[in-house]
Amino acid sequence: MTNETVLDVKDLKTYFFLDDDKVARAVDDVDLTVKAGETVALVGESGSGKSITSLSIMQLINKPGKIVDGEVSLLGRNLLTLSDKEMTKIRGNDVAMIFQEPMTALNPVYTIGNQITEVLRKHKKMSKKQARQRAIDLLKLVGFPRADQTIDEYPHQLSGGMRQRAMIAIAISCDPKLLIADEPTTALDVTIQAQILDLMNEMKAKLNMGLLLITHDLGVVAEYADRVLVMYGGQIVEESPKKVLFKDPKHPYTEGLLESLPSIYKEEDRLGTIRGTVPPAHSFPEGCRFSSRCPHAMDQCFKSNPEIIHLDHDHAVRCYLYSKDD
Amino acid sequence: MATVEEKDLIQTEQQTLVRVENLKKYFPIKGGVLKRTIGHVKAVDGVTFDIKQGETLGIVGESGSGKSTLGRAILRLLEPTDGKILFNDQDITHLRNKKLRPIRRDMQIVFQDPFASLNTKMSVEQLIEEPLIIQTDMNKKERKELVNTLLEKVGLRASDRMKYPHEFSGGQRQRISIARALAINPKFVIADEAVSALDVSIQAQVLNLMDDLQDEFGLTYLFISHDLSVVKHVSDRVGVMYLGRLVEVAPKKPIYENPLHPYTQALLSAIPDTNVDVEREKIKLEGDLPSPSNPPSGCAFRTRCPMAHERCAEVRPELQHKGDGHYVACHLYDEE
Repeated sequence: MTNETVLDVKDLKTYFFLDDDKVARAVDDVDLTVKAGETVALVGESGSGKSITSLSIMQLINKPGKIVDGEVSLLGRNLLTLSDKEMTKIRGNDVAMIFQEPMTALNPVYTIGNQITEVLRKHKKMSKKQARQRAIDLLKLVGFPRADQTIDEYPHQLSGGMRQRAMIAIAISCDPKLLIADEPTTALDVTIQAQILDLMNEMKAKLNMGLLLITHDLGVVAEYADRVLVMYGGQIVEESPKKVLFKDPKHPYTEGLLESLPSIYKEEDRLGTIRGTVPPAHSFPEGCRFSSRCPHAMDQCFKSNPEIIHLDHDHAVRCYLYSKDD
Repeated sequence: MATVEEKDLIQTEQQTLVRVENLKKYFPIKGGVLKRTIGHVKAVDGVTFDIKQGETLGIVGESGSGKSTLGRAILRLLEPTDGKILFNDQDITHLRNKKLRPIRRDMQIVFQDPFASLNTKMSVEQLIEEPLIIQTDMNKKERKELVNTLLEKVGLRASDRMKYPHEFSGGQRQRISIARALAINPKFVIADEAVSALDVSIQAQVLNLMDDLQDEFGLTYLFISHDLSVVKHVSDRVGVMYLGRLVEVAPKKPIYENPLHPYTQALLSAIPDTNVDVEREKIKLEGDLPSPSNPPSGCAFRTRCPMAHERCAEVRPELQHKGDGHYVACHLYDEE
């Protein structure tokens, strides 16, 4: 198995230019890489910029949003320099995406079969007959026992879990190199969530895809990711292999998140909390973006935003507590 | 057939505040040209439990299990189809408007979505004052004072009272909902997925707040949620619902450490946890929840149960006591 880098994002900045001359720096200096066969989790709370990061990779940012700087290389090609037409050939083909709510992501007036064959006919230039056969095979692969009937059914005839399976079938139809899953199981019950995550894992291994998993659920991260990026205020505040992050979190935000999580395996009298709320993207504090909520904030933190500090070859953190010079 | 004996359920030390007996809520399915009733969705199908004074009973279940309908039926926001609801030993199942109103003072509910449950055209003050106007004879000045006190109690500023819901974040809005529920000093509060829409760091703040308020006002909670970790954190006892029925009820420790029902076992094993050192065995459940309009015969869980046997299709299992307040509805535990 090769572990070539599939996705390489550098210094990505996506800003939203609001009516009243405010600028929301939703994604600000994000670096991330995903290798083939690897699951990278991007975690953060609402408003952290994780979904905007994924939409920027797909170049699905609309006005008033704009990618103002950075580089997004997919298999060595910088996507930001491509024309719309060239990008259309890549979306759904080399990189595919799964969203949270399969009922809104699927078109309710077309059959499941229609929606899978559309992709195959467009990107793979298959004939109607070939595409239908491939669609049935794909549905079988993602666990539809009656695939030859399901193909003619409409999304409303399927349960939430089954719809998400159909979304996965569409996403993997062209053997993408990168799969972006944005909160893929958030709308599902736990028993169904486990089924869908296992299926995604299986498909990832089978097709040797890179998987970028965007989620707010640290439990899902702990079980399915290889590497974790923690996002806060449009920036990556900590990056590390999964085990390291959960056992030895460095950034005060990561620590706070882990402490505020109730667990079925421990007995906690009182949950830890992070005071305050996530500031809106157009009014981040001066200096470190977490400074307004951080229990360890020092003078320096209110003056300038810390750079990423590498603690180890694979563990990095954006926090002055770990500066080397003092 | 083993039935629940009343004596088992009522423990003597603490007084029972709420008691639900064989509660049922069916929704008719209308069909055909004449819109005749052609079937029923059995959202709640024979649920029995009690909640003691000052206790938190957690109810967990997946979507479609009937947990929200249960909460609403207890408050009589939905008319129960059958069964009994006792509040403070008084049967409130069939009370009419006038007689129900004083009881409603003692029972409040906090809903999941604070964006939908607060009237956007009312200021915070008006929102919290409204129940006081309806339920008490306080004068204007007394009401204003109480609003200020309540805002402080739930961690908002008194100066927030002239603001409107859209000026607050989700967590703050949920604090307003809680202040509103507590305004008339209720004894019993139902929290229906009250923290499910919140981010974890905010969720923890609201859970801690609910915990403090329970101590301060001696509240009794029915905490309904799909999130087993949250339920474990807040509850004294936990009931697990599947397709309109309670399949297991027990104090917190035994149900999480030694779950008896195969569904509870599967549910617990499916929760992803942040403890990366422990390799856990997962029990895979096949398929989806069956339709509550046409539940399987016998045990409703048998179509997905890895341990199902013949008897499960024939006889519906009733809750049976397995000692120390641990009840389970499963034929695996039938005594010969």
